[in-house]
Amino acid sequence: MSMSAMPLSTLSPGQVGVVRGLAGGRGLVSRLAALGFVPDAEVTMVQNFGRGPLIVLVRDTRVALGRGEAAKVMIVRRGSSNGRAEC
Amino acid sequence: MVERNAKGRVITVALAGQPNVGKSTVFNMLTGLSQHVGNWPGKTIEQRTGIYQYNGTTVHVVDLPGTYSLTANSLEERIARDYIIEERPDVVVVIVDASALERNLYLVAELLSLPIAVVLGLNMTDVAEQQGVRIDPHVLGAALGLPVVPMVASKNQGVRELVETLDRVIRGQATFAPNRPEIRLDHRVVLAELQRLVAGQVPDPYPEDWVALKLLEGDEEVTGMMRERLDGTHWEQAHAILKRHEDAILAVAGGRYEWIGRMVRAAVTRPRAGQVTLTDQVDQVATHPLWGLLLLLGILGLVFWLTYAIGAPLQELLDTYLVQAGAGWVRETLASAPGWLVGLLADGVIAGAGTVITFLPILVIFFAALGLLEDVGYMARAAYVMDRFMHLMGLHGKSFLPLFLGFGCNVPAVMGTRIIDSPRARLLTILVAPLVPCTARMAVVAVLAPLFFGQAAALVSLGLVGLSLVLLAVVGLLLHELVLGGEHVAFIMELPLYHVPNARTVGLSVWQRMVAFLKKAGSIILAVSVVVWALSALPGGDIETSYLAQIGRLLAPVGALMGLGWQMMVALLTSFVAKENTIATLGILYGAGEGGRGLGQALAGVLTPSAALAFLAVQVLFIPCAATVAVVRQETGSWRWTAFSVALLLVVSFTVGIAIYQAARLAGWGV
Repeated sequence: MSMSAMPLSTLSPGQVGVVRGLAGGRGLVSRLAALGFVPDAEVTMVQNFGRGPLIVLVRDTRVALGRGEAAKVMIVRRGSSNGRAEC
Repeated sequence: MVERNAKGRVITVALAGQPNVGKSTVFNMLTGLSQHVGNWPGKTIEQRTGIYQYNGTTVHVVDLPGTYSLTANSLEERIARDYIIEERPDVVVVIVDASALERNLYLVAELLSLPIAVVLGLNMTDVAEQQGVRIDPHVLGAALGLPVVPMVASKNQGVRELVETLDRVIRGQATFAPNRPEIRLDHRVVLAELQRLVAGQVPDPYPEDWVALKLLEGDEEVTGMMRERLDGTHWEQAHAILKRHEDAILAVAGGRYEWIGRMVRAAVTRPRAGQVTLTDQVDQVATHPLWGLLLLLGILGLVFWLTYAIGAPLQELLDTYLVQAGAGWVRETLASAPGWLVGLLADGVIAGAGTVITFLPILVIFFAALGLLEDVGYMARAAYVMDRFMHLMGLHGKSFLPLFLGFGCNVPAVMGTRIIDSPRARLLTILVAPLVPCTARMAVVAVLAPLFFGQAAALVSLGLVGLSLVLLAVVGLLLHELVLGGEHVAFIMELPLYHVPNARTVGLSVWQRMVAFLKKAGSIILAVSVVVWALSALPGGDIETSYLAQIGRLLAPVGALMGLGWQMMVALLTSFVAKENTIATLGILYGAGEGGRGLGQALAGVLTPSAALAFLAVQVLFIPCAATVAVVRQETGSWRWTAFSVALLLVVSFTVGIAIYQAARLAGWGV
């Protein structure tokens, strides 16, 4: 089950990831951490069209992220949001 | 302490909370029309204060900016925490959104590391219940050690209980024994070391433990402060520790979320995940790259339709029955008075006041639309949909709406930039906003273009709009790179849940913006109107020999580069009061009637098509009207940026005008 960490931006809609770490500058990390992107937090991808900004659900909040910002959140993937295992 | 004599007591309560938690609604419910809107000292961020009385106590309420945390990530966060630390309010009420409780408690965790009394307003409990989330306020209060007041502020529920709870806290009758969050075990030793290093060196109102914690978090402001305060060896030791623990912010934030998890465990019951909410359904369309764009255009179309259907006729009515009638009345009543006095009152004062008054209907509609869209929660979606386009100019998605409103009027565009949270992005938006051609400028084009270009007028008008927008993008990009340092604007934005708008919140936001416009912009517009009138009437009472004409003649060499005579330059100058003045001035200077037909023949005689095109381009891009300049000053809080904005537009408009005329001449067209 264990997978290596990958950027949040690679999740497809409905997929769930667990935050492993944050890359990027201190300001960005601090802002993301305050919103709930901390290690072990669950993040669900809501909208991701493969380019442009995307929307995720973290701690009951919909957060829009630029693709660049989303690429700095490192996650490991979990099953899809409706509980079924994926892949 | 002051218990024995409760009469005449005055206390201060600060309202804190993350964005989109209904904090403004709570503030409005508490203070109503006693509100005072100003700016935080030395800052361009709005400060709202108000007063209520309860049980013999006068309570000053200070609405702090909405912030996710109390780290110096943004101006808002600095303002909020500086206020709490330096002004020490008697109580901080933190409003939290019950439907996103854990994230909201992050701010509470930060507040509890400061030595202040905290009361928790658990707002939007109705939204949480709709989602099946149940929160027991007593259990939560017991876990946190704070008074917790469940509320639905938009329905005025719980506000009275909040007031009563505050009263009990002030009288020392409520339990306040907060369970303060602690840092994770693995960083406890480091924090203790930092605490030892800063001990005795922290400047006054700052608590030592808090400073040590913020150092560990990498907070820029606190780091800078302690670098100055600590002596060489202490700072080097501290700096070495901080270097080794650069990612400590994750441990600190993670520790806070662990603490939050413990706090809510017993108090919250939540349903199994996976249900589709109304917000999700609406967002299927509203945030879709294509449908979302169409929806946005539809909404904006509606706003403009309202403006033209209601605003424009009202504007005309006001102009006819108030402004014109007023000017007429002055002329009649003062028929025997000296001509200059009549001119000053009718053409200076009343014309200026008239400009202010005729702005009102359009502003009310725009501000109401802005307030409504923001309160519903749609604004963030519009920003999301537009972000990819605005990013090309180094702008934030949130810049789109104010800029779009600029097509109607630049004044609400500049004032509307308040929805942009990044101060730099906001400044950039204010600077480029006047490049959006407003209706008043396009009205001038609509009159003049047919005189110059007949059948091709529509094409010319469209071309001018296109030119403005291209320039907006180019200037935006250049300013972003050159003036503002090309900093990448991180796009991180909460998409709040949709909710039914609160009439009081929207109404008050319209009211406050109108008052701000009338107070600050109103007086500047009036002054400019009087000054321009004086310049056009003095010394002889005749515009051809006036100071204004002399200035126009001074500008003639620049005009010559665009094929324009001094009269055209004067017309541009008078457009500063109101864009429509261009036509009236040309009419006077070329001795034509007001209708415009005579004017057309007169102008055709003096202007070549290439010069006419240059003139129209300059007129569209020229410094905006006095009202816009006044709000630029008001919103940037700086005469320097206002002067920069005016200079920028002068350079841009003249450069484009000269380029068009000279290029046409070189190409041998329209000479």
